[in-house]
Amino acid sequence: MSKAKVQSAASVMEREGAAPPLTINGLSAAYQKKPVLRGVSFTVTEGELIGVIGPNGAGKSTMMKAALGLIPSLSGDVLVYGKPYKQQRKLVGYVPQRESVDWDFPTNALDVVMMGRYGHLGLFGRPGAKERAIAMECLAKVGMADFASRQISQLSGGQQQRVFLARALAQDASLYFMDEPFAGVDAATEKAIITLLQELKQQGKTVIVVHHDLATVEEYFDSVLLLNVELVAYGKTKDVFTQELLQHTYGGRLAFLDRNSLLKTDITEG
Amino acid sequence: MSDFWILLTGVLVASCSGILGTFLVLRKMAMIGDAISHSVMPGIVIAFLLSGSRDSLLMMVAAMACGLFAVFLIQLFQNKGVQADASIGVVFTALFAIGVLLVSLFARQVHLDQDAILYGEIAYVHWNTWVVNGIDLGPKAVWLLGITLIIIVAVISLFYKQFKLCSFDPALAAACGIPVALFHYLLMGMVSMATVSSFESVGAILVVGMLIIPAATAYLLTDRLSRMILLSVGVGILSVFGGYGAAVVLDASIAGCIVCAAAVLFVLAFLFSPSHGIVAKKLRLRKLAA
Repeated sequence: MSKAKVQSAASVMEREGAAPPLTINGLSAAYQKKPVLRGVSFTVTEGELIGVIGPNGAGKSTMMKAALGLIPSLSGDVLVYGKPYKQQRKLVGYVPQRESVDWDFPTNALDVVMMGRYGHLGLFGRPGAKERAIAMECLAKVGMADFASRQISQLSGGQQQRVFLARALAQDASLYFMDEPFAGVDAATEKAIITLLQELKQQGKTVIVVHHDLATVEEYFDSVLLLNVELVAYGKTKDVFTQELLQHTYGGRLAFLDRNSLLKTDITEG
Repeated sequence: MSDFWILLTGVLVASCSGILGTFLVLRKMAMIGDAISHSVMPGIVIAFLLSGSRDSLLMMVAAMACGLFAVFLIQLFQNKGVQADASIGVVFTALFAIGVLLVSLFARQVHLDQDAILYGEIAYVHWNTWVVNGIDLGPKAVWLLGITLIIIVAVISLFYKQFKLCSFDPALAAACGIPVALFHYLLMGMVSMATVSSFESVGAILVVGMLIIPAATAYLLTDRLSRMILLSVGVGILSVFGGYGAAVVLDASIAGCIVCAAAVLFVLAFLFSPSHGIVAKKLRLRKLAA
């Protein structure tokens, strides 16, 4: 696996100047006729951590799901490394919201991580010793090796999230979509996750993260995508994560920003 | 000999429904199983009216079509904003009522007993045998259920990982390119098939008990999917033997006794399961408190 990692990192460098990891053109989606995402277009740069920021109901999860074809989109194209997403599934990893699955399902942590390999196994392929080894390695990377045979309902919220991340690692993708991986996790898990994201970035992978905690945006992400049904702004964190654009994204709902020190660093640096 | 055929029929019903029931329970679709089992009624009646026979291939196909149609309608209403449980309630009662209506309209022409569809009669299974060139090949119900079981085992074992991922995390399954809707309808198609194959022996209502109760019992006993499937089948088979024994002693409805036996096993697991049982949980709490 580590060999494969080195190779994929090398191939990423060879591809320099090639198609970007993700291009979205005019993506729109609606639930019951109410538009929740309107004409979103952007192109992400390879090897970046990208935070998707916006108020509740801004369509952040919807954008991911529509891009991945999990919900029908009204319009728009999604290109992954220059080709339609459907031809590039193996290059894309997805971490759904933790609440989206039933953690009482009769399975253990290792088994969940092995599910990350299913996309590589073909129609009839069965997970075997190789998949097991990869899954163990991925569990170890998130510090969960000791919990491999633990029933998943007996894990804490943070541990469950780490299992989900280990599963994403097992997918061995080049482009990752993560839907609120930091939601409701403990400090240790938050640290483990961000370390992992940095590692992925160093391997030349691109990670798009739906994120809620404005206080950590500048620390965590290279680029920021501000979303409120429509795309408000997308660019480097220092250019886009400004008080003005945030006010615009959140409307009047972000009064505390004035008092919050989180933007001060930005202002002084700027 | 009749004991043998009755028990074999019961074991086959338990195996078919034990496997499928596991996935229904895990996907929180127990009531969909109920809906399908009732919705196949008009299919059975229409096929019976057309073919005049109880065990035609047409009946199987018509019933499956009705079952899938019910699933499709339920899904459609849900997608259009009707509450999930309300859409299940609307669809299956309406389809079932059409079946009842058809039976009452044509009851004179056809010998299709409403009770036989609803409650089945496993005791008569060995009377209806399949005779080819004068050779008695055994009860038709056993053949039908046997073929259904082979199909279920083949499909589930070939696509085990797809069914597992679709049950646990359909979003990831879809992102991996697994056709989630196809596997959904494949599962529902097999549930319809199992229901039709079983209705003659245990009836349209009690088959739901065989689909759900053993699987719900197995859920309380293990933390692994593969073991849950085996346990679900095991609990079902145990219910068949226990229920049949009780029915002989009490001289009561065999199918009724089988499902009651399953319910008793469920209550035992609910109380005494080492991992999920009430008693074990109480003991663990007491240990923590001490």
